[in-house]
Amino acid sequence: MSLQTMLQELSAGMVISVKIFVCTLLFSLPLGMILCFGRMSKWWPLKMLTKLYISIMRGTPLMLQLLVVYFGPYFIFGIKITPEYRMIAIYIGFSINYAAYFAEIFRAGIESIPVGQYEAAQILGYSRSQTFVHIILPQMVKRVLPPVTNETITLVKDTSLAYALSVTEMFNTAKQIAAAQTTMVPFAVAAVFYYIFNLLVAVLAEGLEKKLSYYR
Amino acid sequence: MSLLEIRHVQKSFDGLEVLKDISMSVEEGQVVAIIGPSGSGKSTLLRCCTGLEKADSGEIHYEGTFGLVFQNFNLFPHYSVLKNIMDAPVRTQKRPKDEVRRQAMELLKKMGLSDKADAYPHQLSGGQQQRVSIARALALNPKILFFDEPTSALDPELTGEILKVIKELAAEHMTMVIVTHEMNFARSVADYIVFMDQGVIAEEGTPEELFHSSNPRMQEFLRKFDEL
Repeated sequence: MSLQTMLQELSAGMVISVKIFVCTLLFSLPLGMILCFGRMSKWWPLKMLTKLYISIMRGTPLMLQLLVVYFGPYFIFGIKITPEYRMIAIYIGFSINYAAYFAEIFRAGIESIPVGQYEAAQILGYSRSQTFVHIILPQMVKRVLPPVTNETITLVKDTSLAYALSVTEMFNTAKQIAAAQTTMVPFAVAAVFYYIFNLLVAVLAEGLEKKLSYYR
Repeated sequence: MSLLEIRHVQKSFDGLEVLKDISMSVEEGQVVAIIGPSGSGKSTLLRCCTGLEKADSGEIHYEGTFGLVFQNFNLFPHYSVLKNIMDAPVRTQKRPKDEVRRQAMELLKKMGLSDKADAYPHQLSGGQQQRVSIARALALNPKILFFDEPTSALDPELTGEILKVIKELAAEHMTMVIVTHEMNFARSVADYIVFMDQGVIAEEGTPEELFHSSNPRMQEFLRKFDEL
């Protein structure tokens, strides 16, 4: 196999890895915010339910969760699994897992805002939603940026777990080529790919942090 | 005319009675200082008056709106000085932006901070931040302005800045209620002093009356300050 064909096959895998990454972030960030509200709710059934959800999502392997999301519909409900469902299961599995982590990061961010900010807003006549959107949220975003970046970097590497559902993303492709051609080259390419991907994430995060550094 | 009327206010925290049947009133144009040792309930009284705490029983009546200046300023760190002052009038009172901007710039001029309009809170000294927070409270055109220990987070030399501003406001007949433990501050600015001790109003009157009071708790409190 020529290096060019190898790279061609690997880049097809890269596209799928990037797709998993983008879709997971797109869904898990808002879902994490919703879970965070549930977790901070004063209504205890909702609070306990989200607490349990987060506990399970963080306490069991992502790979196992992917398998449950993929095979669950068949084994639990007897629904026939279609080939198209494979990628959908990946997006769902990754999103509901990462949302749990983001929910806890967001909660920590919100709880770190001094109570004086709420009190000042209350005295100045802001409604509860105005206080959250205009006073708390912007400050929270700045505070959670470093831990969210951490999770995002982990996510880049975690996309390789999609091989559990035989999705031919970057890592799975590299493994197949390496086995068939008895060569380490695809692993080296994969390593470079993940490293550069994360370098981009880190640079982007640093830029964002700089942009938000106009206040303390 | 009473702008603020407090009747039989009572408040407990976990069984500990912090305010025991407090009644007082504040007339228009009056500057009232609430003094007393820590734990006497003076801050809790202020927090009940401003709705930050809910009194367990009793009544609190208002004429018009009020503003509050916090001990720790509580400016919004992500807003510039000008936006800190303008945001609430525009967002919560729905007043036109141009008018609010004009008022905000006037207030900043009054506070001697015209050149700081575009600065962010972290770039200012404590005294400057406190003056911005006074301007922020005044921008809502309150009938009464409450101060919760406005100088206790500041260095002594910065206290003078705030004292000067409060004196200027008093000269303009702004009605103010100031919780403080600085006796000299209370003496020089207030025309009525309320001395609180162990959840009750132990003594009240003009500064002259209070400083010559025969109340033993009041005398003990004053003696401690003389020793300092």
